Amino acid sequence: MEDTIAAIATAYGEGGIGIIRISGEDSRDILRKIFTGKIESRRLSYGKIVDENEHIDEVLAVYMKGPKTYTGEDVVEINCHGSMVALRKTLALVLSKGARMAEPGEFTKRAFLNGRLDLSQAEAVIDVIKAKSDRSFDVAISQLEGSLSKRIEKIRQALLDLLVEVTVNIDYPDEDIEIMTYDKARDCLCNIRNMIGELLATSGSGRMIREGIRIAIVGKPNVGKSSLMNCLLRESRAIVTEIPGTTRDTIEEAVSIRNLPVYLIDTAGIRDTDDTVEKIGIEKTKEAFNNADYIILVVDGSRPLTSEDEEIISYVRGRRALVLLNKRDLGAEVTVDVISEKLPDCDIIETALSKGEGLTEIEDNIESLVYGGQISQGESLMVNNVRHIDLLKHADSAAGDALSLLEIMEPLDIVEIDIRNAYDFLGEIVGDTVSDEIINEVFARFCLGK
Amino acid sequence: MEKFLMDTYDIIVVGAGHAGCEAGLAAARMGKRTLVLSINLEAVAMMACNPSIGGTGKGHLVREIDALGGQMGLNIDKTFIQSRMLNTAKGPAVHSLRAQADKNEYHIEMKRTMEQEPLLDLKQGEVIDLVLEEGKACGVVLRTGAVYNAKAVILATGTFLGGKIFIGDSAFDSGPNGLAPSMELAAKLREYGLPMRRFKTGTPARALADSLDYSKMTPQEGDSQIVPFSFMNDELECDQIKCWLTYTNEETHEVIRNNFHRSALFGGQIEGVGPRYCPSIEDKVNRFADRKRHQLFIEPEGRYTDEMYIQGMSSSLPEDVQQQFYETIEGLENLKIVRPAYAIEYDCIDPLNLKISLENRTIENLFCCGQFNGSSGYEEAAAQGLMAGINAVLKLDDKEPFVLDRSEAYIGVLIDDLVTKGTNEPYRIMTSRAEYRLVLRQDNADLRLTEKGYRLGLVTRERYDRFLEKKDVVERETERLKKKVVKPDEINPILEAHNSAPVKTAVSLIEVLKRPGITYDDVASVDDERPILSQHQKTMMEVGIKYAGYITKQQQQIDKFKRLENRKLSRELDYSSIEGLRIEARQKLNEFKPLSVGQASRISGVSPADINVLLIYLEKERRSN
Repeated sequence: MEDTIAAIATAYGEGGIGIIRISGEDSRDILRKIFTGKIESRRLSYGKIVDENEHIDEVLAVYMKGPKTYTGEDVVEINCHGSMVALRKTLALVLSKGARMAEPGEFTKRAFLNGRLDLSQAEAVIDVIKAKSDRSFDVAISQLEGSLSKRIEKIRQALLDLLVEVTVNIDYPDEDIEIMTYDKARDCLCNIRNMIGELLATSGSGRMIREGIRIAIVGKPNVGKSSLMNCLLRESRAIVTEIPGTTRDTIEEAVSIRNLPVYLIDTAGIRDTDDTVEKIGIEKTKEAFNNADYIILVVDGSRPLTSEDEEIISYVRGRRALVLLNKRDLGAEVTVDVISEKLPDCDIIETALSKGEGLTEIEDNIESLVYGGQISQGESLMVNNVRHIDLLKHADSAAGDALSLLEIMEPLDIVEIDIRNAYDFLGEIVGDTVSDEIINEVFARFCLGK
Repeated sequence: MEKFLMDTYDIIVVGAGHAGCEAGLAAARMGKRTLVLSINLEAVAMMACNPSIGGTGKGHLVREIDALGGQMGLNIDKTFIQSRMLNTAKGPAVHSLRAQADKNEYHIEMKRTMEQEPLLDLKQGEVIDLVLEEGKACGVVLRTGAVYNAKAVILATGTFLGGKIFIGDSAFDSGPNGLAPSMELAAKLREYGLPMRRFKTGTPARALADSLDYSKMTPQEGDSQIVPFSFMNDELECDQIKCWLTYTNEETHEVIRNNFHRSALFGGQIEGVGPRYCPSIEDKVNRFADRKRHQLFIEPEGRYTDEMYIQGMSSSLPEDVQQQFYETIEGLENLKIVRPAYAIEYDCIDPLNLKISLENRTIENLFCCGQFNGSSGYEEAAAQGLMAGINAVLKLDDKEPFVLDRSEAYIGVLIDDLVTKGTNEPYRIMTSRAEYRLVLRQDNADLRLTEKGYRLGLVTRERYDRFLEKKDVVERETERLKKKVVKPDEINPILEAHNSAPVKTAVSLIEVLKRPGITYDDVASVDDERPILSQHQKTMMEVGIKYAGYITKQQQQIDKFKRLENRKLSRELDYSSIEGLRIEARQKLNEFKPLSVGQASRISGVSPADINVLLIYLEKERRSN
């Protein structure tokens, strides 16, 4: 028998509304004891939360009878409108009436164990719980509704089609059926790898959304790094927090840019703390951006490049980076062409940060880093779960193995093993591996037998 | 009717088809006094349908039966009239041996083997009831009133049990091939509460050889180099007989379509479920309407008969329609039907009612095998018969059942599928059902199983010694090949002749043999010290060398599989007390009492989440102890 659990289901400290969720057999009884409104399954009703005669909050509450609920159990949700204090008081009241405080992820665990979620959905929910920014929340929700499942299913279907044809060739050598050619198998597999690749291409952005983008700001002293920090900090002053840096001489600032969590790794203070050996500054810079997803290199565009600039540029080469030609208001000594010749793959923006010029372009650039290319902002499908990424990579490499076996003309039944592995890896993402799908398809599609 | 006790045996086998024969022989060879009963002794090892043994997956089963000391491989080796290795264009794991049998000789040879088995009695008699005491099977009652007592009973009733033949709108109780059906026993088993079901299968017409025009068909020859089924045979000689290939056409389909309404299948008279992989011709025409033609093979039924089997054309249409549509086929224009095609419906058990040992869950000491368990095919039947025979003996000796898992044998796959997943149609083995195909090859069936068979007392000393010698020869020769080095100018001509890249420095022969397309025989000319190896020995060695990498990879998967398989579950475990398991899973697990977490995971209705819960539970239990 499962006991009844309760918790605040919304993140602390944000927004005016907080929701308390209760799940388990006693949900309804508990609500009845503390709520003055009418209780009908799946009907939102207005009422007061009262403790003995003390009035705590005015709320909207709903009771949902299981099993067709989030957790599969009887569920109550109370929407509190008042303060954090009222929310906490209400929860305490609920707990005093027989519920137990839910452990982290326990609603999800119950939903999962009650068969209300497949593996990929369950993990998406866990990500929801952890999600810190709005954008991340969108991604988690869309995965929850099965858009990842749908994409995976599409790839699995392509693999299944191929497997069925290979299987029928292996198991029915005497039948009058089309021979599976190596060319055909190769085409199918290439197509499948492309699809997996597309999905994997979103995985980096997925991680960045969940965990935040780490951006290292580098450049020699007095080129405008501090101005850049200040501009970006000013933009998102509301949620700036300062956390200790990962190295003694760098400082990490957490900011929100276009609702994306961003960690700015500032190397501004390097020269000041240790000006005896210039090289140390370079080393620190290197260390800082080794841990970064993205690098913003700030150059003083009003003066010719120095050897120090050149040295930093040489470290940036080959990394994903944005170059700011700053202090444009003071002159145009360094041109875009000069930089793009040295760093051909980098984006370049001309700025005058002390006047706030170019800031929009910088934010656009950071945003496109995450949502760039394949994904439009509306379709927020991303693979942002380490396990999913891992399985996708496994599937991709199995498909790759199959391709190389075809290349050296290994027999089809050997190749089939890798194709099936790819199929099973994807199945693990949606929590479905053991199945008779292949054999069912064989008989549905081919006319076989004595 | 007065009943009288005739005799008492250790084990009684009901039915002498392919399952019954193996069950009886295994039990007798393991030292039990055994009685095998058949409604008609002419039906011993009768091939009621196709005249062949083996094929994809099935050939593997025959090899495994042979490796364990069963009879099927030896019997077909003595009685085949054509032999082919199928799938040779693919890897060795799916090479599949298939032989056309002389049906009558196959029957006679098996019957004689049974007759000569010291502890085995073969008798004609119809079993109409079981003798049950305290829920245990302990004998059988025959129609004559004769009672035979025994400590265990094995059911291998095939299509005799509740058999009903359909030809057009004519339907009548009958066993296969017009033999008497077993109706009373069918009723009794239902009465005893066994979960019985109706399955159906069908067989095509047999035609008179002289009435066919072979000039219009494509001949199908046997292989010039014959590979024996049995590991006991190195070489076989045979004057092989041809099979013939021809096709249906639009006219054939037209006749069939026009007569759909006269088919027992579409008329709704047949309630049994037929196999999808073995559809009747009307089924094929109906389901695959866009197909312009379907192939059929004309296969001789034996050396001393003029009957020809029309493979691919089973039907339950009336005789006149059969005559009409067969005649539309090229080469069959003047065909004379000797036996019409028919569909047959029969009683079988829901195999979920069986333990992995093939013992019945409802009635103790009652073992079940073959079509009775919902399978189809001679080889599937024989494999289960062998296992039922072995496990009945072990039960009597109070020993643990002999279970092969999915990584050890196709037999393991077959039985695990049947008793764990169940089946909604007559079950046929396929290589794609086996997860560990590269390891479950036909060439190494003895390596996988003969040792086990020997320990069971089923494999003879002679077979075991032969196996040990083979193993030893292969190991020694593999070692020798590692050391045998050839120079580029010796080996390059051979490599070039096989479109393989030449080498620049001296290489060992084992490296050469790893290349695709280069066989052991191909390099004979540069290897003058080699010993003489038998065909079986060569194949086992070659495959071992060529696919070593893949086999190692698969072995790792097997190790992973074994981890769940080795997480044993107690039969006493009450799943309803495990928190977090869904209700359905609790019921299924309680009903089932799986032996391992691995088996639990294959039960339908048990979700991966349930398995996680189960694992968490086991972990919890482990910690608290």
